[in-house]
Amino acid sequence: MNSFLPELTNVYFNYLLLSSVLFCIGVIGVIIRKNIIIIFMSIELMLNAVNLLLVNFSNMHNDPNGQVFVFFIMVVAAAEVTVGLAILVMVYRNSGSVNIDTLKNLKG
Amino acid sequence: MINFIWLVPLLPLIGFLLLSFGSRKFSEGISALIGCGSILGSFIITAVTFVSFLSGDHAAVKVDCFDWISAGTINISFSFLIDSLSLMMMMIITGIGFLIHLYSSSYMHGDEGFTRYFSYLNLFIVSMLLLVMGSNYVVMFAGWEGVGLCSYLLIGFWFKNDPYNDAAKKAFIMNRIGDLGFLMGLALIFKTFGTFDYQEIFTAAPQIFNPNNLDTTIMIAITLLLFIGATGKSAQIPLYTWLPDAMAGPTPVSALIHAATMVTAGIYMIIRSNVLYSMAPTTLAIITGIGIATAIFAATIGLVQNDIKKVLAYSTVSQLGYMFFALGLGAYNTAFFHVMTHAFFKALMFLGAGSVIHAMSGEQDMRFMGGLRKKLPITFITFLIGTLAIAGIPPFAGFFSKDEILAAAYAQSPILWGLGLLGAMFTTFYMFRLVFLTFFGEFRGTSDQAHHLHESPWKMTVPLMILAALSTFGGFLGVPEVLGGSNWIKSFLGSVINYEHGPVAHHLDHATEYTLMAASVGVALVMIIIAWVVYGVKKQVPSRNEAEFNAPTKLLYNKYFIDELYDILFVKPFYYLSKLTHSIIENKIIDGFVNAIGWLVGFGGQALRVLQNGSVSFYLFLMVMGTTLLLTLVTYFIKN
Repeated sequence: MNSFLPELTNVYFNYLLLSSVLFCIGVIGVIIRKNIIIIFMSIELMLNAVNLLLVNFSNMHNDPNGQVFVFFIMVVAAAEVTVGLAILVMVYRNSGSVNIDTLKNLKG
Repeated sequence: MINFIWLVPLLPLIGFLLLSFGSRKFSEGISALIGCGSILGSFIITAVTFVSFLSGDHAAVKVDCFDWISAGTINISFSFLIDSLSLMMMMIITGIGFLIHLYSSSYMHGDEGFTRYFSYLNLFIVSMLLLVMGSNYVVMFAGWEGVGLCSYLLIGFWFKNDPYNDAAKKAFIMNRIGDLGFLMGLALIFKTFGTFDYQEIFTAAPQIFNPNNLDTTIMIAITLLLFIGATGKSAQIPLYTWLPDAMAGPTPVSALIHAATMVTAGIYMIIRSNVLYSMAPTTLAIITGIGIATAIFAATIGLVQNDIKKVLAYSTVSQLGYMFFALGLGAYNTAFFHVMTHAFFKALMFLGAGSVIHAMSGEQDMRFMGGLRKKLPITFITFLIGTLAIAGIPPFAGFFSKDEILAAAYAQSPILWGLGLLGAMFTTFYMFRLVFLTFFGEFRGTSDQAHHLHESPWKMTVPLMILAALSTFGGFLGVPEVLGGSNWIKSFLGSVINYEHGPVAHHLDHATEYTLMAASVGVALVMIIIAWVVYGVKKQVPSRNEAEFNAPTKLLYNKYFIDELYDILFVKPFYYLSKLTHSIIENKIIDGFVNAIGWLVGFGGQALRVLQNGSVSFYLFLMVMGTTLLLTLVTYFIKN
């Protein structure tokens, strides 16, 4: 375990750990939940976890590039949410439910 | 004029192209004009070159046309070698070719394939000219293949008749079997000498191979393989069966291709390569054996045939056997002399037979002819001259050439001379049998045919007369010293044929030669009298009921059942192998393999279809899992 993950006794390690935990929660949310809105929220959670990680590393290496990249990710996340929610609204209007298993016309 | 020699094959080539493209639009007159005119032009150029060559010093001239193949160390140029041998062959080809073209313009009148016929004939002349004019083995081979192709096209000319197509295929396939031997010989030549050019090979050969060390394996191999090609092209045992079947083509085709030119290609090739053959006496012995065997074998079959063209076909095979017989004895110039005289009298007889068939409204069976000499006088007289020539009666052409062959045979061994004389006896007998059955006696055909009997028009009789004159006087080109002549042909060909390094020439004393000549003429006269007694006086006609033949006649009539033998030995196993290949390799293995690929694709599709079940949560799960797997691999397992 020690060779796996060099334990930094500084503050940067804490942010790393937090970011990983948030990311994993996000992934599990995407896999497990049935409500489309919750899945979108989990995706957002993953994106934000990555943002946190990037800021942390940028601070660690004193390199502003990481924070610049965070802006890009935020823009992309906003655009993606727009489109995703628009699709969600249409799906709800057509099928009356936000369960992810409603659109199953393509048979296996 | 020699610089214009490339016009000689070019004119018929232009004729071929014009005629093949205008096949539907040209009238008979235009087609005949183009076809005959191109050959006449070639003949005139050849004749002028020949005359100027005669007055010169008989040195060979190489005319380069263009660089043909150059790849690495191989440099083959498309060039012609004009020397005494090639010029004489060119004279024969264009001269007799022109006569036959003229004859055909009348014989093929009314045929719907008239233009196509002349285009094929012109193509044949081009190929044959290339064969004899080439200065290296590759140009010769190009012409060799070309004449084989034209033979196929012309034999199967009336293609709506299936047996004719089979005969054409048979000719082409048997030619190709010989060509395989020829190609292997060419490959060995290249490996040994590094070049295909005649002059380079023939000057290098005595240097590479010590003249005292004859019969080296490589020389035997080369000469034997080339000879195999000659057996296919020139119809010797065992590849001769296509020639009698080739009589399915129009008669002028038989005259040109199967009497005067194509079948002599093998002999030309061996004369051209005489330097190589003189170094391999074993091959020469084999050639002698096969030659005399073919001569006698074919002559015996010709004794009982009833179709006039078949008799002439077997006679051709037999005479070709004599030419190879002469080649094997080392008498190259004699073989060429016989090629020339044979071209004259055999073309004459084939054209005469065509005239008879034309008069008999297409009938070819001699049992239905008879007494035609009254209605077809010119045909009769010219045909008789041809028959006298082939029988070897002086002063006709055949006497000089055949006698030279027999003398060369006697100088090696009296037994060979005896066999040659035996073949000559058979030849005389069956040729005069033909004459007596066709032209003497009572007419045995239908009354319709009797009404149609008429002498042929001038376009057919004038070539007959010219060839008859050549058959009469052509022999004087090679009068031997013993009779006071200077054997002009022998000295003319001296620049091509190497007499010093050749097999030792046996000289017979004059008394022996006179005896031999008297013997052959005497024997021929006796056979003529016997034939006259049987067919002229007793007026025996071969029975029309073939079941009545006695056993020897049946054997000969059915050509010793050789065709049936080849069928069992080669054709049927080949068909069986072909069926086997089709049912097992084609249907099971190859089809199976291709079908398996298709089935595999389908199966894969079925298996992968499960992945698309429409459930989005399933897709998400797979995405996550896939990404995780990829990242794990990249981080932990793929380390450079």
